[in-house]
Amino acid sequence: MTSLKVSIAGVTLKNPVITASGCCGFGQEYDKFFPMERLGGISMKGMTLLERQGNPPCRIAETPAGMLNSVGLQNPGVEAFLEKELPPLLGRDVVKIANVAGSTIEDYCGIAERLDSSAVDMLEVNISCPNVKAGGAAFGTSCETAGKVVSQMRRYTTKPMMVKLSPNVTDIVSIAKAVEDAGADAISLINTLLGMRIDINTRRPILHNNVGGLSGPAVFPVAVRMVWQVANAVKVPVVGMGGISKWQDAIEMMMAGARAIQIGAALFSDPFTPVKVLEGMEDWMERNGVKDINEIVGTVQPW
Amino acid sequence: MAYLQGSCPIVKKRQLTPTIFDFTLSCPQMAQQAQPGQFLHVKVDGFSLRRPISICRIGKEESTLRMVFEVRGEGTAALSQLREGDQVDLIGPLGNGFPLLSPDKKVVVVGGGIGVPPMLETAARYGSNATAIIGFRNQGAVILEDEFRALGCDTRLATDDGSAGFHGFVTQLLDQRLQEGKPDLICACGPAGMLKGVVKLAQEAQVPCKISLEERMGCGVGACLVCACKTVKDGREIFSHVCKDGPVFDGNEVVLE
Ligand SMILES: Cc1cc2nc3c(=O)[nH]c(=O)nc-3n(C[C@H](O)[C@H](O)[C@H](O)COP(=O)(O)OP(=O)(O)OC[C@H]3O[C@@H](n4cnc5c(N)ncnc54)[C@H](O)[C@@H]3O)c2cc1C
Ligand SMILES: Cc1cc2nc3c(=O)[nH]c(=O)nc-3n(C[C@H](O)[C@H](O)[C@H](O)COP(=O)(O)O)c2cc1C
Ligand code: FES
Repeated sequence: MTSLKVSIAGVTLKNPVITASGCCGFGQEYDKFFPMERLGGISMKGMTLLERQGNPPCRIAETPAGMLNSVGLQNPGVEAFLEKELPPLLGRDVVKIANVAGSTIEDYCGIAERLDSSAVDMLEVNISCPNVKAGGAAFGTSCETAGKVVSQMRRYTTKPMMVKLSPNVTDIVSIAKAVEDAGADAISLINTLLGMRIDINTRRPILHNNVGGLSGPAVFPVAVRMVWQVANAVKVPVVGMGGISKWQDAIEMMMAGARAIQIGAALFSDPFTPVKVLEGMEDWMERNGVKDINEIVGTVQPW
Repeated sequence: MAYLQGSCPIVKKRQLTPTIFDFTLSCPQMAQQAQPGQFLHVKVDGFSLRRPISICRIGKEESTLRMVFEVRGEGTAALSQLREGDQVDLIGPLGNGFPLLSPDKKVVVVGGGIGVPPMLETAARYGSNATAIIGFRNQGAVILEDEFRALGCDTRLATDDGSAGFHGFVTQLLDQRLQEGKPDLICACGPAGMLKGVVKLAQEAQVPCKISLEERMGCGVGACLVCACKTVKDGREIFSHVCKDGPVFDGNEVVLE
């Protein structure tokens, strides 16, 4: 028997496959394709203290091997999350990760405090949303502010905190170290890369927000590189994502140093991607005599 | 209800105009669940996003669904190259369709251009109790007219240039129809400008009105929130989502821009 069990910041996941924030709502939609219990975890839609309506449409553009989005953190706010979205998840055997965003440090702390007594298993601190003007990525692009968000939040929560990094920085390693020093229990990356598409007939950007976040297979090599760099520089577990669309990608990401992986945009083209990734990983483990998936984490042998 | 995904063979392919194609797909389970106004989320090889296409006819006995689509860009162009026997990867049926009134009700369906196909299954339910008002750019763009007639619908055709049927817009024909008597429901699909006109006439005549909207989609199931459209709920403007809250909305709750 192979074991897929992994542990992130003291939370045990039955397998390393998590659906990525913003791509799987609050878990209910893809549960209509396959039971969410198949997954190790779900990272839910980024939530803010108060409800947000998000950006006007158009919010999505197709790109070669990927897509841009500019949803702009549309979400019902933390109270509505606790009242309406979390209760249906109670009793479901899947790790529940709340993705938290804000435009001030007080926002982040307020949500952390509100979620502290909830059934959420872990916080994913989103300091990397490229689609909201004030905040989001603004925190994730400087070591000082990134660290400050994390150390301040720490005072309001006992939940494990996984900090999600933006790839839109010149030195991802220094940001990773800053959040680790500030008390992050885990690090996840990458959020989307800032991009743009233009309709050449109208000479207008396709996205109403003009720019948006790139995800999907196109970003995979960038994500692997960044996960590898960060995993080599920090001691806390790293959760890798960005462009994973098949089991081979998941194995590759884990070899780069990820303890678990998240799947986002690939859900849109094939809703069963997480299940196929899991089945493929298990087959591969059996064929290669790997008994425990943890054995492969960070095993790439650099030249 | 569970969402269905499957590879479904094209059992019949027709070309209706130089740019409009008509696929009948064999998809037993989806056909059983499907309702008029719902859509399929269609995978096209080589493209990262699926294409939403409305259901045009439901063959419960034949276990088929039919979709009629126009080549608009690269994805639909690639889709149009498929042949009978080829498989199409579909998710569906998705979204909320048009309300299903008792078939003896008087229903007016209004379609503009490529908004006409989803109105066919909707009209089929009401047969001769339906008035079908369909509009196109010109005679060459007219599709499905004979099928509405074959269903027994009171079929009224308009073209922008007068090359076939009434010279003018579907809203003018709707205005005429409303003067003849009050229907129980108006269902419409087409460009935003047309929908705006339809909603206005429906409001003036105090007839319930349902409209089908379009927006670019990712997941198609309500999980990614990209397909936003402005609606008014409890006096407040909010972004609803075409794939899950729609594509069919109440004409009074949509803010058409
Ligand atoms: C609920 C719904 C039902 C639809 N039903 C039909 C139908 O029955 N027949 C038909 O011909 N068309 C229908 N459309 C429109 C159809 O989805 C687009 O014409 C198609 O996606 C264009 O793809 P493309 O690759 O040719 O164009 P491209 O411009 O190359 O597409 C680029 C991206 O934009 C998206 N996109 C472009 N135009 C639209 C649009 N108008 N609506 C939504 N997404 C768009 C594409 O899906 C793709 O993700 C429907 C749209 C929706 C939302
Ligand atoms: C439509 C959409 C919405 C997203 N919303 C969020 C969000 O709310 N919070 C967040 O941390 N990341 C969000 N992301 C980023 C993803 O979680 C993920 O980091 C990124 O898409 C890369 O993974 P992928 O290539 O597998 O999609 C979103 C991505 C997409 C495509
Ligand atoms: S397309 Fe994802 S929510 Fe509508």
